[in-house]
Amino acid sequence: MELYMSLAIGVLFTVGVYLLLSKSLLRIILGTSILTHGVHLLLLTMSRLKTGAAPLLGEKAASYVDPLPQALILTSIVISFGVTSFFFVLAYKAYQKLGTDDMEQLRGERDE
Amino acid sequence: MSVLHFIIILPFIFALICPFLYKIKPRLHTGWFVIPVPIVIFGYFLGCMPELQKGEALTAEVPWIPSLGINITLYVDGLSLLFALLISGIGALVVLYSIFYLNKTKEALGQFYFYLLLFMGAMLGVVLSDNLIVLYGFWELTSISSFLLIAFWHQKKKSLYGALKSMLITVFGGLAMLSGFVLIYIMTDTFSIRTIVSNVDRIADHSLFVPAMLLVLLGAFTKSAQFPFHIWLPDAMEAPTPVSAYLHSATMVKAGLYLVARLSPVFAGEAGWFWLVSTSGILTLIYGSYRALKQTDLKSMLAFSTISQLGLIMSLLGLGSAAAIYSGTDEALFYVKATMAGIFHLINHAIFKGALFMVVGIIDHETGTRNIRKLGGLMSVMPVTFSIALIGTFSMAGLPPFNGFLSKEMFFTAVLNIMEMDVLHMQFIGIIFPIIAWIASIFTFIYSMLLLFRTFTGEKKFEQLAKKPHEAPLGMLLSPVVLASLAVVFGLFPNLLSYTLIAPAMAAIHPTMLLPGQQFDVAIHFWHGWTPEIFMTIGVVAMGTLFYMLHERLKVLNQPLFTTVSLNRSYDGGLKLLDKGAKGLTNRYMTGSNRHYLIYIFIFLIVSISITMSNSANIRFDFTEFAPMSVYEAVIIGALIVSVIAVPFARSRMMAIIWTGSAGYMVTLFFVIFRAPDLALTQMIVETVSVALFLLCFYHLPKLKKELVSLRFKLLNLIVSLGVGVTMTLLALSASSERSFESISDFFIKESYNMAGGKNIVNVILVDFRGFDTLLEITVLGIASYGIYALIRLKLEPEDTSVASGFWESGSKLPVNGARSNDVILKTIAKLVIFIILTFSLFLFFSGHNEPGGGFIGGLMTAAAFVLLAMAFGMKTIREVIPIDFRKVSAVGILVALLTGIGSFLYDVPFLSHTFGYQNLPLLGHSELATAMLFDLGVYLTVIGITMTIILTIGRDK
Repeated sequence: MELYMSLAIGVLFTVGVYLLLSKSLLRIILGTSILTHGVHLLLLTMSRLKTGAAPLLGEKAASYVDPLPQALILTSIVISFGVTSFFFVLAYKAYQKLGTDDMEQLRGERDE
Repeated sequence: MSVLHFIIILPFIFALICPFLYKIKPRLHTGWFVIPVPIVIFGYFLGCMPELQKGEALTAEVPWIPSLGINITLYVDGLSLLFALLISGIGALVVLYSIFYLNKTKEALGQFYFYLLLFMGAMLGVVLSDNLIVLYGFWELTSISSFLLIAFWHQKKKSLYGALKSMLITVFGGLAMLSGFVLIYIMTDTFSIRTIVSNVDRIADHSLFVPAMLLVLLGAFTKSAQFPFHIWLPDAMEAPTPVSAYLHSATMVKAGLYLVARLSPVFAGEAGWFWLVSTSGILTLIYGSYRALKQTDLKSMLAFSTISQLGLIMSLLGLGSAAAIYSGTDEALFYVKATMAGIFHLINHAIFKGALFMVVGIIDHETGTRNIRKLGGLMSVMPVTFSIALIGTFSMAGLPPFNGFLSKEMFFTAVLNIMEMDVLHMQFIGIIFPIIAWIASIFTFIYSMLLLFRTFTGEKKFEQLAKKPHEAPLGMLLSPVVLASLAVVFGLFPNLLSYTLIAPAMAAIHPTMLLPGQQFDVAIHFWHGWTPEIFMTIGVVAMGTLFYMLHERLKVLNQPLFTTVSLNRSYDGGLKLLDKGAKGLTNRYMTGSNRHYLIYIFIFLIVSISITMSNSANIRFDFTEFAPMSVYEAVIIGALIVSVIAVPFARSRMMAIIWTGSAGYMVTLFFVIFRAPDLALTQMIVETVSVALFLLCFYHLPKLKKELVSLRFKLLNLIVSLGVGVTMTLLALSASSERSFESISDFFIKESYNMAGGKNIVNVILVDFRGFDTLLEITVLGIASYGIYALIRLKLEPEDTSVASGFWESGSKLPVNGARSNDVILKTIAKLVIFIILTFSLFLFFSGHNEPGGGFIGGLMTAAAFVLLAMAFGMKTIREVIPIDFRKVSAVGILVALLTGIGSFLYDVPFLSHTFGYQNLPLLGHSELATAMLFDLGVYLTVIGITMTIILTIGRDK
């Protein structure tokens, strides 16, 4: 399972990075979303999969899966929601004001 | 903390309250509040004198970073005492002078005294620290305060130029010195100067010894304005005159001399030390005195004069180090005379140069100019100032009966002595020293006379002056009069200083020279008979007078000699070149293109991770313990991969968003499979709310165009992204194959219920074990939501709130592909479902400590309910039904969380400590109550507030 998950993570990262490097702001935002998914699955996979019950002590299981990455991911999901929404607003405001979403055209003027 | 530490801190404390004093009592000159500080310090150190005379030193230590050997160790011996007295004594006089010099209504006195006290404290720190790193810190602080003081009149461009120049040069030297200190540390394993000095035999042959010496000297030479680093000092004269008198003649520029003297016991035996210190000193002496001749600005003249006098003292310290070469013989005591002359002249210079700077300040203040060509005949109107100037200049020129005469004689003795040296080829080249010294003394004599007579005698040109000249007020004359009297007193009774200050200072510079009970012979005599020295002095006066007469006619004396090659010009050019080069280099990679920056980051990521992995012995790929996979899971993986790969190929915005969303839901399914119920719940709600958000923004976003880009562009992107993908796959595989260290997760699993009373470990980690992270996280979220709010509100045209109707505003008019959603069904179902969702969200929130759920999930769920309401009935309804400002809700949430954390202070436990207990509550029965719940309530409120703020502000935008 870990092997296939690792491959899936690779795909997520590849596509996420590829989208990040493109010119369109919309693609970049979607890229960050996919990259975030990749990171979440990576965190989960790193701590081994399916090693026990859900980390709820009420289950009274012999072993539980690692709760630490889950706490990290939970934080990350909520944060990335905030960041994605901010990105979206930034993108469409920039588009409204500047009339383009092409990163090459949005790039800053050189000094001097 | 000892009294000694308090003495150093005292100026800093006063520096901090100075600006307030200035504001509270603007009527009274702030200087009056400041002046007790140096007086107290001066008194304290005078009190220390008898003890130090007996050869005992004062020490006090406060540990700072003991593990690195850095402690605030203060150490007062003869040398430190001498400097501390100079700093506080001249400091008191300068503050007194400044009270009359600086106008209390026009100048920013609060700032001025802040900087001045900052300098005073820092300079005391330099001369009292035994630890090299602490010394370095104070050293740089003097550079910074000097920078601030030079730029005090920051409206003037020249002030800024001078400030920057002094800063660049002295800080450059300071950094060199720091690396020298580090080398010393490598050799000796200590930063303590005393320990280094006592172990000096062990390091003299070390290969780093000479580099360390060179670097330390670079620091000393830049600070003490030795040729060719002197160029900052003339430009530093843009500072107010009290500052020039204090920092740039009496104290700060002598820090380099202090450093050389202080580290003499370490390096003095080295021939390079002798050569560098004495030759750079003597070169600076003649160069400075020659340049001083040609200045027409009185302050510039004094600046070059200071440079040359610093060179004189430096060369004396260098010549004195010859004693270490002869260490252990009687000849050593013969060469020690140079050190004695150096210390004596250091005191004398501070006195007469301080007086002269104050005189020039008075002239500037009362006539409005410092240009020697415009001045003349001031003697009749300013008799007191003239008398001070006379004493100062005669002392500087080395005329009897002033103190400068004595030290000049001793200087001649020292340079004549050096001819007797029979090592280092001195028997051949030693003669150069007296010759240069003699010529430089002639120059010194000439400019001293120019300074005095061109200003105070000759024809009166008062009509050219901006102000009608008159004698300065009494208060302003007070300080220079004190200094001038000292010049006379020390000239007539030099032995007042010899055993009190000079001998203890010499003992610090030559610690091994004396046997116990022995003392240096430092008695200073006025008359030695017809010695070569007295003939040299007579020669100086004769030649000086002659050239003074010829001054006007001799071009070599009053015109610039080198017009094409100038050190200043090379400094300016070098700086410009550096600026340009740095800009060019930066512009090469800082292209302004987001993509380029990302490529750098990703390439760095690939390279660093692959290098780390290939270098780690522990990395291996072991597939044997991997969990099995079912068909169902294989299908999800397939679906995830397909939907992700489809995103870059999507033709329309809608499709791209849908594919991304579907990937998100697949991830949710994985969370279910991998036993992460909290994650699954959160991801599901977030994905749903996100889709709503996408749709809200949808019509604002540009259409997804097919990107017309070159193949190279695409290929590079592909290579980089594939690289990242492969690296990450390998990382995931290796990480799940091998654990390099024990995880801390077991602790959480074991202690979650015992310590925090919660059964949902993930929730307990979030609100209890790692509560601080969560607190910061909701703060970040809050910032993001306010950012969105501000972005939306950022409108160039004035906002008209009455017609602010988003496309959701008047009901659900979601035109998807031209069709309209079915209002009736949506509205009917929504009415029912909303209550179910809200109840469920409350359940999730309350059960969160033990079952899946918690503040995050509950909050998101509640927000989802509101979003549904908005979709069905429009934003207006929301605002009518729930008339709450959601921004305030999030603020209240953060506040609740913060207060829960602060509450633990009441019980004297660390921030965010939680507790729990069990209570019998009506209706709910036996239940657990935990402060973590309160914290979670904060999270819950924040998440609702933030999500709704985001959705509502976006929805409201036109």
